[in-house]
Amino acid sequence: MATLEQTAPGETDPSEEGVRRRDFINIAAVSFAGVGAAAVVLPLINQMNPSADVLALASIEQDVAAIQPGQAIKTVFRKQPLFIRHLTPKEIAEADAVPVDSLRDPQSLADRTKEGKQQWLITMGVCTHLGCVPLGAAEGENRGEFGGYFCPCHGSHYDTAARIRKGPAPKNLEVPEYEFTSDTLVRIG
Amino acid sequence: MSFPWAEQYAPKHPLMRYLDEKLPLPRLVYNAVGAGYPVPRNLNYFWNFGVLAGAALAIQIITGIVLAMHYAANGAVAFDSVEHIMRDVNAGWLLRYAHANGASMFFIVVYLHIFRGLYYGSYKAPREMVWLLGLVIFLLMMATAFMGYVLPWGQMSFWGAKVITGLFGAIPLVGEPIQTWLLGGFAPDNAALNRFFSLHYLLPFVIAAVIVLHIWALHIPGSSNPTGVEVKGPQDTVPFHPYYTAKDGFGLGVFLLVFAALLFYAPNYLGHADNYIPANPLSTPAHIVPEWYFWPFYAILRAFTVDFILPAKLWGVLAMFAAILLLFFLPWLDKSSVRSANYRPLYRKFFWFGLVPCVLVLGYCGGAPAEEPYVMISQIAAAYYFAHFLIILPIVSKIERPLPLPNSITEAVLAGKDGATLSTNTASAQPAE
Amino acid sequence: MVRPIGFLVGLGFVGVLLWSLLWGAIAYVSEPPAPTAEHAFHKHPKHEVAFSFTGPFGKFDQGQLQRGFKVYKEVCAACHSLRLVSFRDLQNIGFTEGQVKTIASEWAIETPSINPETGEPATRKSIPADRFPSPFANEVAARAANAGALPPDLSLMTKARHDGTNYVYSLLTGYVDQKGYKNEKGEELLKAFPDAKTGEGLHFNPYFANLNLAMAPPLTGNDQVTFDDGTKSTVPQMAQDVAAFLTWTAEPKLENRHSVGLGVIIFLLFFTVLTWMAYQNIWRDKKGH
Repeated sequence: MATLEQTAPGETDPSEEGVRRRDFINIAAVSFAGVGAAAVVLPLINQMNPSADVLALASIEQDVAAIQPGQAIKTVFRKQPLFIRHLTPKEIAEADAVPVDSLRDPQSLADRTKEGKQQWLITMGVCTHLGCVPLGAAEGENRGEFGGYFCPCHGSHYDTAARIRKGPAPKNLEVPEYEFTSDTLVRIG
Repeated sequence: MSFPWAEQYAPKHPLMRYLDEKLPLPRLVYNAVGAGYPVPRNLNYFWNFGVLAGAALAIQIITGIVLAMHYAANGAVAFDSVEHIMRDVNAGWLLRYAHANGASMFFIVVYLHIFRGLYYGSYKAPREMVWLLGLVIFLLMMATAFMGYVLPWGQMSFWGAKVITGLFGAIPLVGEPIQTWLLGGFAPDNAALNRFFSLHYLLPFVIAAVIVLHIWALHIPGSSNPTGVEVKGPQDTVPFHPYYTAKDGFGLGVFLLVFAALLFYAPNYLGHADNYIPANPLSTPAHIVPEWYFWPFYAILRAFTVDFILPAKLWGVLAMFAAILLLFFLPWLDKSSVRSANYRPLYRKFFWFGLVPCVLVLGYCGGAPAEEPYVMISQIAAAYYFAHFLIILPIVSKIERPLPLPNSITEAVLAGKDGATLSTNTASAQPAE
Repeated sequence: MVRPIGFLVGLGFVGVLLWSLLWGAIAYVSEPPAPTAEHAFHKHPKHEVAFSFTGPFGKFDQGQLQRGFKVYKEVCAACHSLRLVSFRDLQNIGFTEGQVKTIASEWAIETPSINPETGEPATRKSIPADRFPSPFANEVAARAANAGALPPDLSLMTKARHDGTNYVYSLLTGYVDQKGYKNEKGEELLKAFPDAKTGEGLHFNPYFANLNLAMAPPLTGNDQVTFDDGTKSTVPQMAQDVAAFLTWTAEPKLENRHSVGLGVIIFLLFFTVLTWMAYQNIWRDKKGH
């Protein structure tokens, strides 16, 4: 199939017009086969994309009313841990006290939270170093030297705004896209 | 290659010359399905089905690999994972329907390919090995298709697995241990489902390997043709490419049209409604039937209803396997030196009025419920099936007086036989060297 | 050697087959198979509704699917699960994201879950990503609540029965009084088969495979379900709408299939014509055409 465009060995038609027309048809047939094969490849590639049931859970809703100041919860977002932390005024003050320029990944707490909802720190629970789950979301876990999160794999310390302060991680804990749909209801993703 | 006038591979581009020295794969392709393979010039459309069977296998392997990315071989989730493919996976419905109907298309073209071989005597010397390897492919296909049908884990999957593995239970003494061993349990369950999935994934690649042998064995004597007369010289052949690649391209178009019509507009026509009910070991469907391509053999299995020295069930199992195995002996059962049924008046009568209706009737009865009159009809048809190959064919090949054969393929073509005529101005055209 | 052995094997199989045939024929003549009530009185599905999705260009009628969904919700869902379908799928039959959210959270049966503090089994409100929760926790519970009968899951019902869409419609509209029931040949069921009388707790329906089913007629009269689009709610209307809805639940990609198929077939027709012309071209010098 793939090499139909070669002219047939027996083809010795002297009329140039005729030869061109014949070549055209052979080339067209092969081109059609090529287009068809390319079209078939699309579903074969697309089937590896997330399926409808996976996409349906690409955004979740979370009620945060029950989380007391100083507490955090660990929930699941896109099959990965998500930390939702209710900061105390003291923790907010600690985070705000740090000069932003001195940070490895310069971001203020305000950059990482929603306006008027500065006490809600919502981040992925995935260390930006090599993807371990940091400690500090559950009661009694090691929160590291800066009172935020601590990744036990390679010793990354995050502060109360979940910004990297010490250790190998290059970035702050990622803040996913989210919005408050009501006072206590967050839609993430 | 056995044809001295075959065109020689002569790469022009330096890169291709380099490749030809280090790894002559293009040369292999050129000699296998390219201009380097001289083929009789008088092949009719029945000679399209070999290439189409290859295309069907390719479709099955490609769609199967992607389906396996979403399927889960565990009794608890297998059915739902197929429905997940149908509902949620991107283009999943297309891939699954293509795979399910692709299996039917594969069998349609392979049955036509076998039909061609039987009618034109392609199984005869010097092509016995081609025929035997083809039958091995057919057996592997049947095993693969059977195990594939179990995977969706619907009612027919489950009960099909139970009935077919139950056939082994008919073997005296060792039957039941073998059945238990095949299933990894006392009834089809996770162990069976998982091993069937494993083998269903493996066997198509074994088939592909045997196809390589099949084509290799074919290239030693070269392709047969509708006259059954051997190629005598360059005037009898044309190079495979572009002549038969072009014809096969057209054949592929027609094949894909039929396939698409089935896939998009009647995707469940050849399936069975009961397989959309999840497997239930506690409830048997009213009427268990295998997929349509097993119906003739299923009819033979069910045709044995009376114990005679051996139990009826064992007779059925033996006959069903014998129905396929006897084809392996066909080159030696049929001693007629004439290949093509076109020149065998008596054989042709038995072929058209005996074998063909017999197989169609067996197919119909195999899909019908196991009640009268279907059982009696399949007994008559099955008796003819065995008589045809084991009794009639050897006798016919002895007593028959074949029609005079043409002296050569070219003479037959010039005489306008076998659907090929030459216009006068090109009568002397010969394949270019 | 092959031929003498083959001859004997052939004679063996032929002999045993003819022997089987002889005994089968004797049995057939001496005691012909008794006709059964199922054979003589079971009816194939009616083809009286022209559904919009039949034929190669068929498409679903979204209004009909929404009406059918309402019938499922208000009538069938009390006993029949729809476990392979998700609430989010309803967006494909014309409900908005907000409507789907409301339908999910207000669904009469909640999604099984666990109590986050005690781990005890509990339920929670459904979200669009959830599948339709089943009315019964498991098969035993379903049978216990239905006098031993198991209401089947409906997700694939129209594909799990031959001619499924028409079957569902025929079954729902096919309940009749068994007394005096006659088939097309004019035979009266209870006269021909006095034993076939419908048992206690069963209901006669000639469209059901064995003529008697445990499900009482679910659609009983006009206005049982009030349609939001003002369609008059009769039993045949509700039956055909729910049959259409169940066709969608079984084959949600039907419209994609039809439209992709059309494109593929048109493409292949062009391709086939071109390859035919190329074939004729290349063979021009070899054969007279």
